[in-house]
Amino acid sequence: MTTPILSALSAEQLSATTLLRFATAGSVDDGKSTLVGRLLHDSKSILTDQLEAVEQVSLSRGQEAPDLALLTDGLRAEREQGITIDVAYRYFATARRRFILADTPGHVQYTRNMVTGASTAELAVVLVDARNGVVEQTRRHAAVAALLRVPHVVLAVNKMDLVEYAEPVFAAIAEEFTAYAASLGVPEITAIPISALAGDNVVEPSAHMDWYGGPTVLEHLETVPVSHDLTACHARFPVQYVIRPQTAEHPDYRGYAGQIAAGVFRVGESVSVLPSGRTTTITGIDALGESVDIAWAPQSVTLRLADDIDISRGDLIAPADDAPPVTQDVEATVCHVADQPLSVGQRVLLKHTTRTVKAIVKDIPSRLTLDDLSQHPAPGQLVANDIGRVVVRTAEPLALDAYADSRRTGSFLLIDPADGTTLSAGMAGAAFATAPEPVVADDDAEWDF
Amino acid sequence: MSTVTSVPEGTVNPYALSHLDSLESEAVHIFREVAGEFERPVILFSGGKDSIVMLHLALKAFAPAPVPFTLLHVDTGHNFPEVLEYRDRTVKKHGLRLHVASVQEYIDAGKLRERPDGTRNPLQTVPLTEAIQQHRFDAVFGGGRRDEEKARAKERVFSLRDEFSQWDPRRQRPELWQLYNGRHAPGEHVRVFPISNWTELDVWQYIEREGIELPEIYFAHEREVFSRNGMWLTAGGWGGPKEHETTETRLVRYRTVGDMSCTGAVDSDATTLEAVITEIAASRLTERGATRADDKMSEAAMEDRKREGYF
Repeated sequence: MTTPILSALSAEQLSATTLLRFATAGSVDDGKSTLVGRLLHDSKSILTDQLEAVEQVSLSRGQEAPDLALLTDGLRAEREQGITIDVAYRYFATARRRFILADTPGHVQYTRNMVTGASTAELAVVLVDARNGVVEQTRRHAAVAALLRVPHVVLAVNKMDLVEYAEPVFAAIAEEFTAYAASLGVPEITAIPISALAGDNVVEPSAHMDWYGGPTVLEHLETVPVSHDLTACHARFPVQYVIRPQTAEHPDYRGYAGQIAAGVFRVGESVSVLPSGRTTTITGIDALGESVDIAWAPQSVTLRLADDIDISRGDLIAPADDAPPVTQDVEATVCHVADQPLSVGQRVLLKHTTRTVKAIVKDIPSRLTLDDLSQHPAPGQLVANDIGRVVVRTAEPLALDAYADSRRTGSFLLIDPADGTTLSAGMAGAAFATAPEPVVADDDAEWDF
Repeated sequence: MSTVTSVPEGTVNPYALSHLDSLESEAVHIFREVAGEFERPVILFSGGKDSIVMLHLALKAFAPAPVPFTLLHVDTGHNFPEVLEYRDRTVKKHGLRLHVASVQEYIDAGKLRERPDGTRNPLQTVPLTEAIQQHRFDAVFGGGRRDEEKARAKERVFSLRDEFSQWDPRRQRPELWQLYNGRHAPGEHVRVFPISNWTELDVWQYIEREGIELPEIYFAHEREVFSRNGMWLTAGGWGGPKEHETTETRLVRYRTVGDMSCTGAVDSDATTLEAVITEIAASRLTERGATRADDKMSEAAMEDRKREGYF
């Protein structure tokens, strides 16, 4: 049973909680706002003055019940039009955990919004209307979660109250979704039958579905593991900033500041600096004012090295025996997030970790249709919300991992050098864990991947 | 300073970070990104708890080197004397450089006019934006948090502002992974919010964990106050109480620190950090709902001010 009331905890207990970042995805009528509202409301995260403000506005518009969507639609235009324009971040907490929810709208711009929300999420909640089952939009959401390599996916089968809380309805949807998501390489799927409106299995267990023995949505959010086995990850440290005080107290201090992107670093370890490839040894790790022997992702630390070698912002420090390949030819899947298109031959900037380099789009071999995962060859350009394969040549070498191995060192942005617009979100390497078979091939002589 | 990393009890994975460690690590990353990519960053520093936490994070991010940023305070002329004293003492202690943009000077020079309701919070926008232009600041750190207000929930960590400092919520860049895009044209700047993802409770817990000193007004004390629009305002030369308003002495503290004309005190007997944290955890009011008159002016008050260049 969850204990959502924070006030019952001591200051020490409050500090012992972990943080989970998650995203919700659902189309317009699946009840996403209701689920978010229910999570916030039942975990006592909506405060009296916020609720009063919503009640007041709802009343002045002639609505009888408070419209909980007003809590989440923060912009004037959103409230006026009754639509959600943009991703919003919300915060709530229980005794066990703090949550950052990327609330992604299910509207027209669904792909880029969900990509934005999913990029930092460790868990995605995909909502399905029990009456409709797995539809095109569900497959799209599953595909985005798979592409972004979100480690945990929750299938929330909503509106169970409208199908008489029938187990077979839930079981059939769960089975179909799990099979589909697993074929895309989604590592962990948890299906939960809920009614966001009635409150079944969201925060409180349902009295209507005794056939279901699993956790409620909130219980699952509270207990899902937030960090992975870091010892199995390739350790990566992008250098952000060189700290050189040059003061009387610290005349010779030279530290490389950054946030550990993946894995574990230890004092005494032999490391390579990329792209130069020089090797040296870690002589000290300063974790924000305290000297430590070991540090891990995502800690922000400062590394001190044995040799005074030329290292600057944009370089990557990795274990000498486990360094990533260095390349100027990037093959990746991108989600195009800008209104202006991305075309073959276009000159762009590529931002990877702390390094921004000039680059050119050499090829766009295919565009992916998320609905059926078919690949359309040589589209020539990508427009807003398109997902496609690209080949990019960079002016300088990058120490780039496959996105499958590291979300942090396998991801990049393409930026318009003229006006600074973020054009595309890039993921290096293969698109899905298990590449799906292409369904449509307009001209199979033209493509080769 | 207490331990930097604490592994929560009962977690199976020894590498799990506590929520405060995660938030701290993220904020430090943001400070260092700005130091690495911008020419002339500045931290908005008011002596309020959020900017105090920001400065503390910046000190940790670049230690043992000094913070590579200057500070900017927009002084409304109605600031709490204890807070100004704290501000000056802190700046001196860390050897920092402080710019002050003064609303009073703008009023005295006839460049701004006092509002009929006497609040000076909205008047800060012009001195702020002119200071940014004058000093050619290209990155401006603010202590805004997304949990404070619904328009702020929509704002990016790196928020591009045009040459008039305006925010256009429809033209925001998607923020992907931890890859912040700070590119901007000459004249434009980026507002940076390192503690976007913190809640009020996180800020207080962090202050306690790190042993950060705060201005006294954050703790319960006896104060001459009077009631206006349902809030306890401090009596003083700034414009209160008026004839029909009467002062009384109450045991109060402040949850936010802003202009005296629109920042209300709350009844409280919390004299220690632990008591404040207990009080916040149990409160059924948001900090802004409890103490800020300027957010109550209209449903979109914050959004409208941000569009004009407010922080």
